[in-house]
Amino acid sequence: MEIAGIVSYSVGFAVMAGIYAVFALGLNVHWGFTGLFNIGIAGFFALGAYTSALLTTQPPDPALFEEFKFGGNWSQLGFLDLGVDLWFFLGLAAAAAACGVIALAVGFVTLRLRDDYLAMATLGIAETVRLFFLNEEWVANGSKGLYRIPKFLGEWVSPERYDYLYLVVILVVLGALFLAVERAVKSPWGRVLRAIREDETAAEASGKDVFRFKLQAFILGAVIMGIGGALFAHNVRFLSPLTFDPLLATFVIWAMLMVGGSGNNRGAILGAFVVWGIWTGTQFLPGVFSDPNLRFLAIGVLIVAVILVRPGGILGEERRVARPAEGQAAPS
Amino acid sequence: MEAIRDGVRRVGLVWTPWHTTGVIAALALAAGLLPFVKMGLMVNGVILGSIIALGAIGLTLIYGILRFANVAHGDYMTMGAYLALFVVGGVLGRVGIEGSGLGPFTFGYPVLIALPLAAAGVVAGAIALDAAVYRRLRERGVNAVVLAMASLGVAIALRGLVQIVWGGGTEQYPRESRQVYHLPMDVRIHPDALFAAATAVVLVVGVYLMLTRTRMGKAMRATADNPDLALVSGIDTQRVIWWTWAIGAALAAVAGVLLAVFQAQLLPIMGWRFLIPLFAAVILGGVGNPYGALVGAMVIGVSSEVSTQWLNPSYKPAVAFAIMIAVLLVRPRGIFGGR
Repeated sequence: MEIAGIVSYSVGFAVMAGIYAVFALGLNVHWGFTGLFNIGIAGFFALGAYTSALLTTQPPDPALFEEFKFGGNWSQLGFLDLGVDLWFFLGLAAAAAACGVIALAVGFVTLRLRDDYLAMATLGIAETVRLFFLNEEWVANGSKGLYRIPKFLGEWVSPERYDYLYLVVILVVLGALFLAVERAVKSPWGRVLRAIREDETAAEASGKDVFRFKLQAFILGAVIMGIGGALFAHNVRFLSPLTFDPLLATFVIWAMLMVGGSGNNRGAILGAFVVWGIWTGTQFLPGVFSDPNLRFLAIGVLIVAVILVRPGGILGEERRVARPAEGQAAPS
Repeated sequence: MEAIRDGVRRVGLVWTPWHTTGVIAALALAAGLLPFVKMGLMVNGVILGSIIALGAIGLTLIYGILRFANVAHGDYMTMGAYLALFVVGGVLGRVGIEGSGLGPFTFGYPVLIALPLAAAGVVAGAIALDAAVYRRLRERGVNAVVLAMASLGVAIALRGLVQIVWGGGTEQYPRESRQVYHLPMDVRIHPDALFAAATAVVLVVGVYLMLTRTRMGKAMRATADNPDLALVSGIDTQRVIWWTWAIGAALAAVAGVLLAVFQAQLLPIMGWRFLIPLFAAVILGGVGNPYGALVGAMVIGVSSEVSTQWLNPSYKPAVAFAIMIAVLLVRPRGIFGGR
């Protein structure tokens, strides 16, 4: 492969890894900081992707065998035109809101119960969302999928250079989310989340409304996953229910967080790049090593191995020690 | 005495008034629905329910004794189904033992031979996994959710293994098509379905006798109730744990084979997809409660089959999920209480 090919390949790689890093950040809020066991990331992924796609795509054209009933066409209406038409960010916000509302509803029912019930609830949402988009063709064209999802700022650069532009967009969104999550978990609010993760009873005993904090964390994580879904939709620009199979929409993200270091936002992002690198890199290996099913096995083994051998992942959680208050001597 | 009775009740091996009420309510609901519902769907639901029950009873025992949600349980079912396929095609087929269409059934006696062998294989695998993974985590004293997390890794790895060996497509046991039985009230029932239901009944009775009549069953109930107390009373908890895995894995393997026979196909994702009905049954019945899991499985089986009268049949898992959420809203500890 010549240099230009390698560069353009790595830019495409970085775009996908960056999108996965957004999901890993969201999962880090759920699992890494609060200990919420979400095995249905695919549900929020799909919901976010479809929400933004449906709102921004042109209305359906029966001549193209499009059977869905509604396309919001936000990309053409220009109602957030500040010199540059920022419809894209409205799509992200809508995706975030949709996931937040679903997370509120499900979290409200299940977060009061034992913590592993949430796993089943998230799995249930993922399956229900998938079946809904598969069976209800009037919503999003069923298994034929949506394939006219607009590009953000697509007219600015030539299609073969578009990945460069989108990488910038991804990095801006990822950076903003990183800073927001970092700030949130370093705040007193984040400290309560970690206290809940370590010992729920103790947190309850110190007067914290554990249910409220868990619900807030669940919604925050889901919102981030919704944004990730929207970023994905406008990158791949084709969505069908088959896109959201548990392997690439849930399991891989778990592997990313565990490998990078759960409880560490830098680790979550690093893990996304490392695991996505292993995932896409192994397809160039010779013979049986490029078997996609082998990668499937490897993802599972990787998760178990990290838990057994290096529970903190590559980076591990940063130790956060409370600073001594102003004017007091540090403990010796 | 009262404390003991309370403990035993919590493990759920004593029939309480709640169980009676639950069963009567379920029967009344079924009877009330009867005029509106096709009888055939009810019968199908009971059969599906008995397959769910096999998985759910093992899952609820593991949940109650090892105290974590074994997310890999569905993939133990998949493993069982594919191991049986391997025995039928790769072992028995090679030495000339072949056959299909045994009596009224689509499958032949090789599947009957494969059934216990597949169960033994999954039991061995489950115990090996416990020794390699879960035991170390237990000794480290990790949180239950970390154990569940590890079982997610196991689930992914197992499915990857199945796909490496058999590929991602559908498979079948050697079969011949067979007539369905026509019963009154427009009920059509396939002989294979009767086989599945009968096998499930035999195994459920067996597990019941094991839990109530044997020393190991008693030790399992004691460990479920209070692991520390069981340990200091001289119960070998490691053995109890292995027995729990053995029973859970064997039931899961048989459930996997029966599901493959019932649906007339094997698919690598079949077990993962089955997790929702399994957990819905466990949660409905109250975690750690085998009777509850049985009743919960019937409720889930019947209601998801009956829902196909109005809904697209592919929504069955969503119906199971909706019932689970609805029950959790009203009775957060399941119909019969529990942990």
